[in-house]
Amino acid sequence: MSITTLAFILLSVMAVTCAIMMITSKSPVNSILWLILVFFAISGHYVLLNAQFLAIVNIIVYAGAIMVLFLFVVMLMNLNADTEPVKNYRLQLIGVISGGSLLLVLLSAIMKVKEQHPVQMNIGDAGLVKSLGMTLFKDYVLPFEISSVLFLSAMIGAVIIGKKEN
Amino acid sequence: MLLAISLALIIEKFILIAVIVSVSLVVAMYATWGERKVAAILQDRRGPNRAGPFGILQPLADGLKLFFKEEIIPNFSSKFLFVLGPALAMLTATMTSAVIPWGDKVELFGREISLQIADVNIGILYVFGVVSLGVYGIMIGSWASNNKFSLMGGLRAASQIISYELAMGISLIALLMITGTLNLKEIVVQQQQGGWGGLLGWNIIKQPLGFLIFLICAFAECNRTPFDLAEAENELIGGYHTEYSSMKLGFFLFSEYINMFISSVIMSTLYFGGYDMPFVDESAFSPNIAALIGVAAVMIKAVLFLLFFMWVRWTIPRFRYDQLMRLGWKILIPLALANMLATGAAILYFNK
Repeated sequence: MSITTLAFILLSVMAVTCAIMMITSKSPVNSILWLILVFFAISGHYVLLNAQFLAIVNIIVYAGAIMVLFLFVVMLMNLNADTEPVKNYRLQLIGVISGGSLLLVLLSAIMKVKEQHPVQMNIGDAGLVKSLGMTLFKDYVLPFEISSVLFLSAMIGAVIIGKKEN
Repeated sequence: MLLAISLALIIEKFILIAVIVSVSLVVAMYATWGERKVAAILQDRRGPNRAGPFGILQPLADGLKLFFKEEIIPNFSSKFLFVLGPALAMLTATMTSAVIPWGDKVELFGREISLQIADVNIGILYVFGVVSLGVYGIMIGSWASNNKFSLMGGLRAASQIISYELAMGISLIALLMITGTLNLKEIVVQQQQGGWGGLLGWNIIKQPLGFLIFLICAFAECNRTPFDLAEAENELIGGYHTEYSSMKLGFFLFSEYINMFISSVIMSTLYFGGYDMPFVDESAFSPNIAALIGVAAVMIKAVLFLLFFMWVRWTIPRFRYDQLMRLGWKILIPLALANMLATGAAILYFNK
């Protein structure tokens, strides 16, 4: 077994375990911390695929920014395991059904892929800064710019909602 | 192959990591001594002068004191997270040193050893990623303390670090537009070419405003005065480390000094030529001597920055919290954006 395979297995086990722990842990703060570990495992996978840029951006954006905000809100609201309300039966049923449907959609999307590209370990350069930049700013420049405008409008919208009281 | 690793390489990297981490620990240790001396000089006192000549054994005495103090873990805290907080603070503080080029190559035992632990092509982004993780130590520690003042301190620190990260990132983009690479080593090599002994090649000449923004943000990221609201003792008792005692408190305080040292090194690498000693032609010497000169250059620049950090701390009073947020969001970010646009325009104009 090569080091790459070993690293892949370790990272996968870590990702799946942390994801399960994130769902099952009662305290919201612990859930967030497990989720951060999931992001680290996924970043490790990116590094194995030689996509260093994606790996570090995943950490900067998700682990470094979004999760900090999550943690922020949870800590400010002082959510603990003991303050968590008992959810009623109907809500749980709805949750199971909607979660199950999402799983079905994802599974069918994966099954439908006819042409299976084997994962290129180590050699692929699709995730390096240069090739990613070339793809984003040459082939997909219009969708890229449109999505950036979308983000900007979402940001302005959030500011306006936050200012509503005045 | 990405992961084809020879044993010699592993040993080499381990030794390099051990040396670099212990050097940054020692520098941070003496930064605490230096801080007290600088404070004493600025306030017309003598400062620590009992332990050893000029008090140079003072950091050891301080460390021993912290180790021997009683360790208290609050009853209603989550114990694992309470210990994890300072551990994470130390970990993220030392992790950044991995991508910094401390010098060129040395030749030892017939091997060419690069004085950089990991020469990755995303160098700056790695630094940025680790900096953005630095919040967790403070946040987790403050929340696990189960104390409202700790929590307020932690939240202040987190919102401050997130706010100033933005301006820092935008000022870095302007620098990246000039250098055209994320690789820290290449950035240093580019700066070595320049007129007047290499001084004119430094990025500070091309990016004075960007450097100023980066410097202010570095102060904020390190929680240093005038941005030390996270531990403002007259408002928050002691800030996020109120409940901490013994060496766990020591780790929190110590990680601040490591952060200071590392950000000094990064500033000198990005804007002041890194391991480039001005007016010295490194290629005239044998590689080992040249590498030594390079390491000396980095350290001198870093120590100068450290002195600047301390000078500012004992000169400028603390901001109010709304002033801090206004400076970050309404002044630094627009300024950084303007700097980025001006840099882009200049590049387009001169390249035509």
